[in-house]
Order: sequence, then C-alpha cells, then structure tokens
Amino acid sequence: MLTQTNKIYLKVVIFTLSLVPLFYIIYQILTNQLGPEPIKDITHHTGKWTLYFIVITLAMTPLKKITKLNIWINYRRMFGLFIFFYASVHLMTYVGLDYRFDLTSIGDDIIKKKYIFIGFTAWLLLIPLAVTSNKRMMKILKDKWKKLHRLIYLISLFGAIHYLWLVKRDLTEPLIFLAIILILLTFRFKFNKN
Amino acid sequence: MKNYKYSEITPEKVYNNRRKFIKSVGLGLGSLSLSSMSLLNNAHSSESNSELTSYKDITTYNNYYEFGTGKGDPYKNSQEFKIKPWSVSIEGEVENPITLSADEILSLYPSEERIYRLRCVEGWSMVIPWMGFSLSKLLSKVSIKTEAKFVEFESVYDPEQMKGQRYPVLNWPYKEGLRIDEAMHSLTTVVTGLYGKALPNQNGAPLRIFVPWKYGFKSAKAIVKIKLVKKMPTSSWMKASPREYGFYSNVNPNVSHPRWSQASERVVGGSLLSPRVETQMFNGYEDEVANLYSGMDLKKYF
Repeated sequence: MLTQTNKIYLKVVIFTLSLVPLFYIIYQILTNQLGPEPIKDITHHTGKWTLYFIVITLAMTPLKKITKLNIWINYRRMFGLFIFFYASVHLMTYVGLDYRFDLTSIGDDIIKKKYIFIGFTAWLLLIPLAVTSNKRMMKILKDKWKKLHRLIYLISLFGAIHYLWLVKRDLTEPLIFLAIILILLTFRFKFNKN
Repeated sequence: MKNYKYSEITPEKVYNNRRKFIKSVGLGLGSLSLSSMSLLNNAHSSESNSELTSYKDITTYNNYYEFGTGKGDPYKNSQEFKIKPWSVSIEGEVENPITLSADEILSLYPSEERIYRLRCVEGWSMVIPWMGFSLSKLLSKVSIKTEAKFVEFESVYDPEQMKGQRYPVLNWPYKEGLRIDEAMHSLTTVVTGLYGKALPNQNGAPLRIFVPWKYGFKSAKAIVKIKLVKKMPTSSWMKASPREYGFYSNVNPNVSHPRWSQASERVVGGSLLSPRVETQMFNGYEDEVANLYSGMDLKKYF
C-alpha cells in the first residue's frame, strides 16, 4: 500500500499530467502550430478533453470494484473537477474567442441548435457538482451529496450526445464515446444489485 | 464597393508564378488581365474579407470526402491520384453528346483568372484565385435540347485510388446539380487551376465546377460527366440529409442550417483574434445572381 506521502506525490503528478492538454494547446498557439481555423482547433481540443475526463472520472468506481483497491477513489474528485475545468475553457473559447461575447448570437444558438443547448445544459449542471466537491459540503449535505453527484451520469450522456449531434457525417468517434460511457454507467447498476 | 488594383492584391511571388504559367500554357496576356480585372471588382464587394487566402491553406484545408473526411486528408491522400488520361462526357438532353479529354477542354477554352469567395456550409470562407472559364462555353458545344431543365454533375468513382470511397460516407459517385439558368450563368466556372498553376489533386483536379454564390459542396470536383436532364437531380448531400442540404443551397445568412450559424463566418487563415465576418446574401454576388431567384421563397427552396 502507498504511504501518505506517496499518495500526495501521486496526486501532484496526476494533477500536473491533467494540465498537459491545456499546456499543449497553449504551446501550439504560441508557436503558431494550429491549423487555418485556430479557434475551431481550440474548441475541439478542449471539448475532447472534457469527454476524456468524463470517461476517466466514471472509470474510477468500476476500477475500484475490479481491482478491489480503494486508491482510485482518492483521485476521482480531482478528475471530476478537471471535467468542469476543461468544459469551462471549452465554453469560454466559444463565447469569448469565437463569438466575442456577442450574447444575442449565442442566445440564439442555444435556443435554436440542439447540440449547443444540450452542451450548455451539461455545463450548467456541472456547476453545483463543482461547488459541492469539497469535504465541508459533503458533511453539510450528507446523504443528499451522493444523490446530487449522481448528476454526473446525466451530464456524461449529455456530453456524448452533444458530440454526436454536432458531427456532420462520420459518427464513429461520438458513437465510441457514447458506447464507453454507457458501459461505464451499466457498471453502476450491475454492482448496485450485487 | 472598392476597386482593387492587381498589384494590391497579388503577392509578387504568386504574380511571377502566374507569368510562368501563362507562358507555359500559351495564353494571351491581354485577354487574361482584362477579364480578371472585371472579376476582381465583382469578387470584392466586401472589404472585410478581401485578402487572398494563402496557397497553403487553399491546398491543405479541404472538404473532399473521396479522400477522407478530415480537412487534411485530401492533401495527404491525393498526391498519387492519376488524372491522366481523363475524359468528360456531356450527355443527356443534348443534340450532340460528346466526350472530351481534359487536355482537349484545356486547349479549347482558354483559362482566365477568376478570384471568387468560397463559403463552406460549415461556416468558414476563403478567397481563391481560380483559373477557369464559364461552363456556358462548354455547354454551348452540345446544343442543349429545350426539354433540358437541369444539369447533373458526376464526379469520378475510383475507390482503388480514392480511399474515402471505400466507406459509405456519402452516396458515391458524388453528384451535384444546378438549374439550367444557374449552369449557364457566367459566374459558374469550370475550374482548371488556382494561383496561376495547374489545379492540385486535392482541389478537384483535373477539372471541377465552381459556383461562387452557393455553399462549397455544390461545386463538384474531378468531374467525369455532365448530364442535361429534365428533372431536378438528387445530389449526394440531399440524399444524405435532405433536411440539412437543399438543392439550391445558395449562401443565405437568413436561412440557418439546423446545426450551425449561417449568419456569420470565419475567414480561413485569420489569427485567434480575428473576428467573425457577416455572411453576405448570395456570398456577395447578389447583384449578379439575385434575378435568377426573383419571386422564389428562398426559405422554402433552400
């Protein structure tokens, strides 16, 4: 078993690694390596990493059950917060860089386009989870905390559907995401019954 | 509207390349510069996006699903594509159906420079110095029958060479169509090159169509057949998603695509801080083409 210090070291390593996708895109911006549509590249990059962190976060509980190790759970909250982090950068790229805070156009998009509507809804639902992610809120909310945080199941589906709805023709990648998320979600039901 | 001088818009290197090209294909210098001047004026009714897109962006950022669905795929996967021999047949409701080789077409119809905006349905745009000539010239060769109401374009089908055609992403071969008056409009171009050079494979070599007032997908690449028909053809994209892609597909900021904005566009090649620009009716060619659609409900016939 890992000692307490090792656990902290590991946490620092995972935290740093989780920031690599952010640094990578910043590096690409600074060295002019993005394609002819740089804003689209940033939007897609941060969107994809939001989905990756959803998958990673949802994988922690199944990994705990399969490996019978509790260690996975130590990092779940951090991964969950990275979902919120990348989703927020993703949203801000769209709002600030792409549409330059043109709230009329953005509002119009949210109402008219279902993929933006569901994506934006998913981000809104992440806010209460991020706010209540600390130990103090866990204590205050008690049983309700667990129920509240089950929202991530819904959010993960919204995220996958957001991707599915925006793709023009080749649905392979979004369907793979949806399939992985569905598999990870069925773990919950399977183990809950046992 | 601002009139641009040739020297204002053309980088020197490109200009020189063009001279070489003109020499190599033996075109008259006078006719080329005169005709391109008037087209220049047409092409730049907006000051917001009047700069030529770089050769690199035009030739590495493409939608050409025959070579893959990624924007970089056409460049990557088309370099070995063989465009010789190549023939184009013009058939259907015509008095004299013919088949011409690409070389014959190139020598029969001198190409001129035509600088047009390209607006993709995905919401990005370029300004491209094409080489080409009006499709109407080619169509005048076959004596179109009065029954002919539409033109159908068929692109090449060659899954051996075109990786993307091995998957049913679209209904292959790629098909597109125009109403006959749209096809006969002088802006409708048979493209033979760009930036004064031969047309690169990833841009639809050896011959493609370009219709500047319609979304990019209306302009079929690597065409092998032009068929005059009585009924409105069903294009590949209409077949794939009739709700999203109509037959006309005129650039129209007032008719939004179900999934993304058509009111504005991103100009390809801009920096992170370049703003979106407003999309113009008929992609800025309203003066030239609006009369084709007088009295039509463009929301219904999108």
